[in-house]
Formats: sequence, C-alpha cells, structure tokens
Amino acid sequence: MRISKSPWLLHYDGSSCNGCDIEVLAATTPRFDVERFGIINTGNPRHADIFLCTGGVNSQNQDVVRQIYDQMPDPKVVLACGICACDGGIFKDCYNILGGTDTVIPVDVYVPGCAVRPEALIDGVVKALKILDEKSEKMKRGEYRSLTSAEYAESLKKTDNKAEAAGMEEKDA
Amino acid sequence: MTVYSTAAVIIYLVFSPFIACLFSGVDRIVTARMQGRRGPKLMQPWYDIVKLFSKESTSVNDIQKILVMAHCFFAIFSGAIFFAGGDVLLVLFALTMAEVFLILAAYSVNAAYSEIGAQRELLQMMAYEPMTLLTAVGFYLSTGSFRVDEIINTELPLVIKMPGFFIGFCFILIVKFRKSPFDLSTSHHAHQELIKGLTGDLSGPGYGFSELAELYEEILMLGIAGLFFITSDPISFLWAFIAIVLIMFCMSLIDNIFPRVKWEVLLKTAWLVTLFAGGMNLVILSYIGK
Repeated sequence: MRISKSPWLLHYDGSSCNGCDIEVLAATTPRFDVERFGIINTGNPRHADIFLCTGGVNSQNQDVVRQIYDQMPDPKVVLACGICACDGGIFKDCYNILGGTDTVIPVDVYVPGCAVRPEALIDGVVKALKILDEKSEKMKRGEYRSLTSAEYAESLKKTDNKAEAAGMEEKDA
Repeated sequence: MTVYSTAAVIIYLVFSPFIACLFSGVDRIVTARMQGRRGPKLMQPWYDIVKLFSKESTSVNDIQKILVMAHCFFAIFSGAIFFAGGDVLLVLFALTMAEVFLILAAYSVNAAYSEIGAQRELLQMMAYEPMTLLTAVGFYLSTGSFRVDEIINTELPLVIKMPGFFIGFCFILIVKFRKSPFDLSTSHHAHQELIKGLTGDLSGPGYGFSELAELYEEILMLGIAGLFFITSDPISFLWAFIAIVLIMFCMSLIDNIFPRVKWEVLLKTAWLVTLFAGGMNLVILSYIGK
C-alpha cells in the first residue's frame, strides 16, 4: 500500500499575513474537501507526513520550524505555501526575516501565489504525495533518511544552493 | 471452551480490524455526506493504520512503547474473553486495565499536552465507567449470570427487561467511539494538541498500536451492545446486527447535530443518565426479580 493514500498534514503559520492560512483552511471546507484524498489536518508533528508552512521564517520562529520538522517521523515532505514561504515575499527585506522556509529546513515542493489558491494548494499536495511515495520506497530499502535540521544547516554552509543542500541527504544515507 | 467459542475468538482476532475499519469508513462517509462533502474512501481507516505501521519508529522513552503495546494487548485480550463467552465483569476490568496503560503511557513522557490529555481521559473514565459496570450488574440481575455464553441463552431479548441500561449504554457508546464531546482526549474530530493530547507524543507504530487497540475495542463495545438483542434463537444475531447498524447511524446523527458539545457537558450528564436510566432500571429489576 502506498503511503500517499493517507497523508496527514500539519499546517504551521510562520510570518504569514494570514492570507495563505485562510486559503489552507478553505481547502478543508466542504467546497474543496481535502478529506476525500484521505488528508487529515492534524495539529501534531508526530502524526504528520506533510509539513505545510506558510509565511517567511523570522528570527523568532526559526527554532519552532526546526523543532516541528525534527519531530516528524520519516518519511516526510515539506511544502512551502505562498510566495513568502518560498523566498520571503514582500517581507524579504525586513530586518527580522531570514527568508523562505528553505533557509532552515529542506523544502520539497514550492507552491507560489499571494495568497496561494486552494486549487494550487491541492495541486502542490498531490505533487508532494509523489515525492512522499518515492521517499517511502527508498526508506523501505534502507537507502534513505531525511536530513535533520542541524544537518541541513551544515550542508547549507557547504553550498549556497538550497536544492543541492537538500539533495545531500541521499548521498549521506 | 467449545468449538463455537474458539471459532468466535479466532474470527474476532483476525477480522476485527477489517470490520471495525469498514464500520468507521462507512461512518466517515456518512458524516461527510451529512456535512455536504464527498468524504474519504471506504477503507480510509485501514490505509491510515497501515501507514502508521510503515512510518519511522520513534518514541520519547522506552517505557512508552511497552505501555502502548500493553494497552493494545489488554484491549485485544478483553475482547477475546468476551467472544469466548467469558465473564462480562472480567471483560470490563481488562478493558479498564487497557485504558490505564494508555494513560500511563501519556504520563510517562512528561509533556504538558500529554498530561492534560491523560487527565481528561481519567475524568472521562470517571464519567462513563459507572454505567459500564451497572450494565454488567443489569445482565446479572436479568439472567442470573455474568457469563456471556449464559447471558445469550435467554428466551426474550434482554433489551425488553433492560431498556434503561440500554439507553445508558448507548450514551456511553458515543463517548467510547470517540465521537462526542468533540474535545475528548482522543476525539476523532479535532486533531489539535490539547484535544489529542493523550496520543500526542505517540508517533508511527506506537500510535498505530493505540489505533489498533481502538479498533478491537470498538468491536467489543458493539458486541456488548449486541448482547442486548441476542437470544438462544440464531436469527437474533441478524436483529443484533441491524440494531448495531442503527446505533452507529444514530451516533453519527447525534454527533453531527451537536458538533460542539464540550467535555464538561459529558461530566455533568453522564452520571445523571447513569442514575436515572441505569439506576431506575436496576431498582425495578431487583424488585421484579429474574
């Protein structure tokens, strides 16, 4: 059985203006009904498979984002939802903003938009599910372990390219 | 143990998760339709539990894992006694034991949300346990035995003698099925830290064990509900099944009509229902005798 049949989702609001959050919640309402894909909006990182992050990362919440990510059991995927979570958005130059979600944890899928539409969100989650399946398959063969946030920070130091840093996990395992 | 009881136990052990998943799958679809949604696939609960067992095994400490497994074991064990035709009292005590292990698992992690969850579970147990015990007493008063295989050997369905107990037990069943109130310690509705506190620090297979235990427990509770309808006549099993389906539907309906009942309401009403429905039935039964 594929793990993507039962993806549980954890939603964390970084420095979002709440626009994306409202759209995330809209996706769980009867009109869009994400439960038909088996998705449950859980409030607990220990039960979650998908980490859905909205808003940029700032100096105060970076530890929170790291902790949530580290508490999630493997296999897991991270979705950056909205332009702020992708690269900081209009808040990018603020003194307290570090940038997008990928400044502290590896991101698998970037969903742009201001605010991100529920359709785009569902599309992003479906893309994330494919990645989740791949990771799960690799994990079963013992070839995969996702980076902890500390390891990711280390690999970010070695390279400026975030995608490359996130990719280091497979070489390590 | 006779051949029948052995077969019943084996069927219970092997098929309970599937049947319980089927029941709760139908229930999730019915709930979704009541809310104007499409709802998940029929076997969604099954996918969920298989996924949990395929996830990485992490636990906060070693004792937590053992306690959750003990919880699962005792939940299965109590059901096995029931379907073997054993003592209802023993079944209920073993079930309480299972609950206690889950609460201990939550306390063992020393986390704030787990602790709140465990406290809520204790309060909740205090609210519904009297009714489950009274039900066992009711079975004894109307049949003269605590043993399941002797209880089902009656001429008339027990629900005729024990309507009060039946109402009280159905009231408890809504709580036992984690439906209403919505902020129960392991409610199926809100997956938030305060409300899911009890299982908040379980993850992967550990959480899978607690879910598995719940599936077995659901079948046991439905079995006890069926006990009110089963007589020595084999056709009564059909009536019991129809009654169980009706009870499940009514639970969904009540849950959707009153979606925001809080746990304080449970505390205040559970003992009242126990006292009036169960207590009055008890007094009448003990006067008219068997």
